[in-house]
Amino acid sequence: MAIVYEKTKLLTDKPLHYCPGCTHGIIHRLVAEALDELGIQDKTIGVAPVGCAVFAYDYFNCDMMEAAHGRAPAVATGCKRVNPNNIVFTYQGDGDLASIGAAEITHAAARGENITVIFVNNAIYGMTGGQMAPTTLPGQVTTTSPYGRDVNHCGYPIRMSEMLATLDGPAYIARVSVHDVKAIMDAKKKIRKAFEMQIAGKGFSMIEVLSTCPTNWGLTPQEALKWLQENMIPQYPLGVKKEVE
Amino acid sequence: MEAQFLIAGFGGQGVLLIGQLLAKAAMHDGMNVSWMPSYGPEMRGGEANCAVVISDEPIGSPLVTEIPIAVIMNKPSMLKFTPAMEPGGLMLYNSSLIDITPDRDDITAVPVDCNGIAEELGNSRTANMVMLGAIIERTGVISIDSAMEALKATFGPKKEHLLPVNRKAMEAGAAAVRKA
Amino acid sequence: MGQKMLMKGNEAIAEAAIQAGCRFFFGYPITPQNQIPEYMSKRLPKVEGGCFLQAESEVSAINMVYGAAGAGARVMTSSSSPGISLKQEGISYIVGAELPCVIVNMVRGGPGLGSIQPAQSDYYQATRGGGHGDYRMIVLAPSSVQEAVELTQNAFDLADKYRNPVLVLGDGLIGQMMEPVEMPEYKKPELPEKTWAATGWKPGCGRDRAIINSLYIDPSVLEKHVNHLYEKYAAMEQAECRWQEEMTEDAEYVMVAYGTTARIARSAMRKLREQGIKAGLIRPITLWPFPAEPIAKAAKHAKAFLTVEMSMGQMIDDVKLAVNGEKPVHFFGRTGGIVPTVREIITEVEKLAKEGC
Repeated sequence: MAIVYEKTKLLTDKPLHYCPGCTHGIIHRLVAEALDELGIQDKTIGVAPVGCAVFAYDYFNCDMMEAAHGRAPAVATGCKRVNPNNIVFTYQGDGDLASIGAAEITHAAARGENITVIFVNNAIYGMTGGQMAPTTLPGQVTTTSPYGRDVNHCGYPIRMSEMLATLDGPAYIARVSVHDVKAIMDAKKKIRKAFEMQIAGKGFSMIEVLSTCPTNWGLTPQEALKWLQENMIPQYPLGVKKEVE
Repeated sequence: MEAQFLIAGFGGQGVLLIGQLLAKAAMHDGMNVSWMPSYGPEMRGGEANCAVVISDEPIGSPLVTEIPIAVIMNKPSMLKFTPAMEPGGLMLYNSSLIDITPDRDDITAVPVDCNGIAEELGNSRTANMVMLGAIIERTGVISIDSAMEALKATFGPKKEHLLPVNRKAMEAGAAAVRKA
Repeated sequence: MGQKMLMKGNEAIAEAAIQAGCRFFFGYPITPQNQIPEYMSKRLPKVEGGCFLQAESEVSAINMVYGAAGAGARVMTSSSSPGISLKQEGISYIVGAELPCVIVNMVRGGPGLGSIQPAQSDYYQATRGGGHGDYRMIVLAPSSVQEAVELTQNAFDLADKYRNPVLVLGDGLIGQMMEPVEMPEYKKPELPEKTWAATGWKPGCGRDRAIINSLYIDPSVLEKHVNHLYEKYAAMEQAECRWQEEMTEDAEYVMVAYGTTARIARSAMRKLREQGIKAGLIRPITLWPFPAEPIAKAAKHAKAFLTVEMSMGQMIDDVKLAVNGEKPVHFFGRTGGIVPTVREIITEVEKLAKEGC
C-alpha cells in the first residue's frame, strides 16, 4: 500500500499534552516538517520556553534545551556561539517572549543573532490559567483583567514583529496565522524561509504565529479560530515585516 | 623589611605609574609586593591614589591606612592624607604645585620641585619620574637601575626612545633630595 | 611556571581561565570586576574558537552561559554582588540541568546597590546555594592574586568533574589589587566526556537525544533527581574540602578568616605571636564544602575562636557548627566596604587574652 501521508520524523511519538483545539499542535508540526524537509535534524538544537510549550523538548525529535522563562534567546545565543554550524531555534509564547523576555528577544534581534524564533501569540497566558498577556487585546477579558483589558490602566498590547522589524539586526520577520488551511500553508512557507535564512547565515529570523487558546478564551475550537481571524488579525496584521536580500 | 607607600595626586600625573614601577622593580628584586589603586567615583572626579607595599614577608593588607611614606603630588591630596600619616612618617610632596606644608610636626616633609626640575630637563611630562627618583633616594627600597628595568618593561619597544629622558628625570629627582 | 608578572586580580583570573581552556565569556559591566570582561573582550577574539559577548543584562549573560555550557563549552561569567543576585535564577537552572561553568563574584558592600568597595557579605548567598531549590556549589575563596589564578583553573576542572557550577568568590580588593603572578602551565586532568551536550543528533548517531533540562514535573522523579544531586555534593564534601592552617598546633586563640580578611588576620597573628599571645589561623579555601574538621580539631585545645569577616558575621555560623559548643566563638567584622586593619584584629585578640576566654 502506498503511503500518502505520515507524521514527520522530527516529532517524537510522545502524545502532545496540549488542550483540544489548541493550535500549538499545528505549529509544532509545521516547524518539524520544515526541519525535516531541510534535512537538518542532525544539526538542529531547539530551545523550549516556559509556558504551554514547556515540554517541547519531549516533542521535537532533535537535541533540545529547556530555558528559564523568557531567556530562550539568551540560551540560544550561547548555544549558537559555541557551535555556529548548528541550526538553533527557540519556541516561545507571548508571555515568555513579549513580557518577561522582552529584553532577551530585543537584544538577540539587535545583535542579528543567527537563530530562528518561533513566537506563538495567543494573547493570553495559557499554562498558568488564562491571565492577561502583553499581547492581550484591548477590552479582552482574562483572569487578571476580569473587566476587560483597560488600556488606560494597564496599557496597550505590543506588536513584537513590527517593533523588532525597526531594528537593523533582523534578517527576516513575518507574522502568520493558523486559523485556516490557506493560512497554515502560508505559515509553513514562511517558517521554512526563516530556517533557510539561518542556514544561509543571514541573521536573526522570527515568525510570529497567531494562535488560539480555546480553553482560556472560553470558546469552542471552531469559535476560537473565528475569534482569532476577526479580532487578532486586525490588531496584528499578517505579512512580512522585514526581509533582507 | 616592609615599606608601605601611599601615592596620591590627580589623574594624569602618573601617580598610578609611580606605584606600579615601585612594585614591579621590587618584584624583580625578589620582594613580595602589592599595588592597590583607589577605585570608584572619586577617581573619575580627578583624584587618583594607590597603595604599594613592599616586604620580604608575605603581605597582609595591601591597604595603607596609617601611612609611613606618603608621596603627594597635589594640594587636595596633601590635605586629605596628612591626618593619616604615621608619627615619624616621611612625606615627599610636589612643591611645584603645593604652596603649603603639611600641618604636622611629627613627620618629615621633603619638598620636591617635580614640575620645575622636569621642565628644566625639557620634558614636563617626566615630573612623576622626578618624584620616583626622590623616593628612591630617600627610601632606598629599590635602585634607579631596577626602576629603569621596570619602566622598560612597561614602555615596551615602541617607547624605548623615551627611556634616557626618564632616567635623567629620576637622577635629577634623587639629586634634589640628597642629604649633604 | 612562567615568568613572574605584576597583574591585577581581575586580569589574572581572566588569563588563567583562557589558559584553562575557557573559550566563551558572557558578562555585563559592574564595578569592581570590569577588568574581567574587558580583558576577555580583548583576548578571546584572538584565541582560536574564542568568543566574548557583552550581554544585555546579568540575567541574559548567565542564560548565555547555560546555552554555551549545554553545547559542551568551557564557559565563564563574572559579576559583583548586585549582578550575582540577578544571575541566581540562571545559576539554579544550571545546577538543575547539571551543566558545568565557572562564575566569579568580586563581592562589594551591600545590601542593595550598597558600595563598590570590598566586602564578604555574600557568604550566605554563595554557600547556601543562592537561588531557589535544594542545591550547593563549590565555592573557592582566593586570598591572593596567585591563588586566584590557581583556583580559577581548578574551578573549570571541578565544574566538569561534577557537572555543577563552581563559584570563585573574591572581593573588590582581590579584583583590583596587583600582585606578582606566575601563570602555571595548565594541565587538564582526565575528565568525563561531555556525551550529554546538545551538539546535534539523529537516530543511530551513537548517543541518546540530548535534553538539557531542569524540569521534573513528577515530584517523585524530581526527588530522585535532587537525591542524585546530593550524592554529588556528598562526594564533593569527601574530596574537595580545602583549607590552610597556620600555627594552630599550640594556638590558644584561633582566628578563622578567608580571602582578603585571612591575609590581614595572618599579619595580626604574626604580631600577636611576637607579643607572646598564642594566636593561630584557619583559612577556609573552599567555603563550601566548609572545612569543619580542622576547626573541630582546634576546638580541643584552643581557648577561643575569633571569626573575622568583612560582613556582620555570616561564616561565623559555620564556625559555630564546627566548634559545636566546645569553645566560645567570637566575632570581629567590618562591613559596608570597610576592610579591617591589622591593628583592629590585634586589639580584638588582645581583649580575649585579657579576659582569658
